[in-house]
Amino acid sequence: MQTDSNSEQILTESSVVSNTEIAPGVFVLKIRRNINFKPGQYIGITTDKNVAPRLYTIASNTKDDVIQILYNVKDDGWLTPRLSEHKFGSTIYMTKPDGDFIDDDSPAWWIASGTGIAPFASMFRSGLKTNKTLIHGGRFAHSFFFEKEFRPILKANYIRCCSQESAEGLYNGRLTRYLQDIETFPEDCRYFLCGSPEMVVEVRDLLIDKGVAYNKIVAEIYF
Amino acid sequence: MAKEILLGKTLEELTQVVLDLKLPKFTAKQIADWLYKKDITSIDEMLNLSLKARTLLKENFDIGLTATIKEQCSVDGTKKYLYPTNHEGQFIETAYIPDDDRATLCVSSQVGCKMGCLFCMTGKQGFQGQLKAADIINQVRSLPERHQLTNIVYMGMGEPLDNVPEVMKSLEILTSDYGMAMSPRRITVSTIGIIPGMKTFLNESECHLAVSLHTPFDDERKKLMPIQNVYPVKDVLKMIREFDFGRQRRVSFEYIMFKGINDTPAHVKELCKILDGIKCRMNLIRFHPIPNSPLLGSDESTVEEFKNLLNKKGITTTIRRSRGLDIFAACGLLSTKELVKQQNKDF
Repeated sequence: MQTDSNSEQILTESSVVSNTEIAPGVFVLKIRRNINFKPGQYIGITTDKNVAPRLYTIASNTKDDVIQILYNVKDDGWLTPRLSEHKFGSTIYMTKPDGDFIDDDSPAWWIASGTGIAPFASMFRSGLKTNKTLIHGGRFAHSFFFEKEFRPILKANYIRCCSQESAEGLYNGRLTRYLQDIETFPEDCRYFLCGSPEMVVEVRDLLIDKGVAYNKIVAEIYF
Repeated sequence: MAKEILLGKTLEELTQVVLDLKLPKFTAKQIADWLYKKDITSIDEMLNLSLKARTLLKENFDIGLTATIKEQCSVDGTKKYLYPTNHEGQFIETAYIPDDDRATLCVSSQVGCKMGCLFCMTGKQGFQGQLKAADIINQVRSLPERHQLTNIVYMGMGEPLDNVPEVMKSLEILTSDYGMAMSPRRITVSTIGIIPGMKTFLNESECHLAVSLHTPFDDERKKLMPIQNVYPVKDVLKMIREFDFGRQRRVSFEYIMFKGINDTPAHVKELCKILDGIKCRMNLIRFHPIPNSPLLGSDESTVEEFKNLLNKKGITTTIRRSRGLDIFAACGLLSTKELVKQQNKDF
């Protein structure tokens, strides 16, 4: 989840541990963890105390020494071009964690597009590894962030839908086409969606159209 | 290259424009007068400006008025207008709702919407872009019935408080003496509860606030409105409770009635609990199903009973009259039809 937050908020300082470009224009920022959070929660981040923080969902394990944020650089944005320049030791300002996009160990499908994988990475890394099906949509073969962690554990329950490239192990097509081809969806299961508003709305409509009860669907949007 | 647009500029911005053009500072006030108080459609008609000033302005600026490209009229007098925006292939809707001694304009603040509420047609378009203050003011200024307008509500397409800078600029222009000089008490901004935006809006304007509530239960609201995961309604209400609305300013809650979902006595009870201590009004809204929606509207007797129960508990509650049903005035249907869908999605 990425959004602007334009109010004064209590900011705490943290320092950058690393800031690595893991795919073209996509970075993993690691900052020292000085707070506790639940998997699926977000924090606000800014590089300047006088500029309102932007909200990002945490991607890391709740027990790690660092907090990981997955972000892509928006050339016309204020924060991300600056953030991408940050190196080890530099200062970042962050808000306390918040948000209620929380799963438990009951059966669930996690459906994400792009950097919308972040909350599911946090849930997975924090221990939710069984009863989960993860479907991730991306444009390119390099868009499946953290795939090396998901693949060995989730195995066939980890589906990568690649819309613009073909490669071994990838479903070649949009995530919505993959879902469209599924005849029936499990009833006793929740569906967590995270990504762009277009993806969330389209997938939610599709699931409802295929018989999934609307109250089994929990959505997190980028805004 | 397209010229810059004058419409939607605040007096401060117009002052910068004239100073940059090396024109006298008072010209800014004159331009604002022509833009916001009069009916001109071209810079040539700004007759109290010097010829030099008009020439310089024309060389560098367009006035920025955009006429409606489609109009639908309801049997009840409600009209829905479709306006193009400054972004090619993008359209917004504006609803004009005359009613006895008042005439309300429902303006859009974004093209599409990011919020993904389950019951909203606009959300199905996805998000196309932010409107500029010029696009918002144009919905008022280019309205054929603009001289009859008494009220404006920001309840059209988009989430106003996800576009705070441009919405705040438009509110300044609508309410300031140099602009359209409307009373802020005749303007209501509706939000689903974006707390940072609410803080700015409440602190920097005097207009009324409406909050889309739709259920008092967190888990239920989460399924209807994804924003609940980010800004839970308890935090929204806490913020409202802490703000001094004074005597004149109003906060109201919008509550769409969904059959069998949020229309039970348990909901009344919980509403009374969570709204305790907030001086507010509740507007019940009948739900008119949108295509492929799993939700149905509550029946009339349930809506009436819900209203009565809330009133008995001391929450002033009214049922909003449905208007423009035959033209789907409340939905994003008109603009959805016109929308040129983006082809390259990344999922």
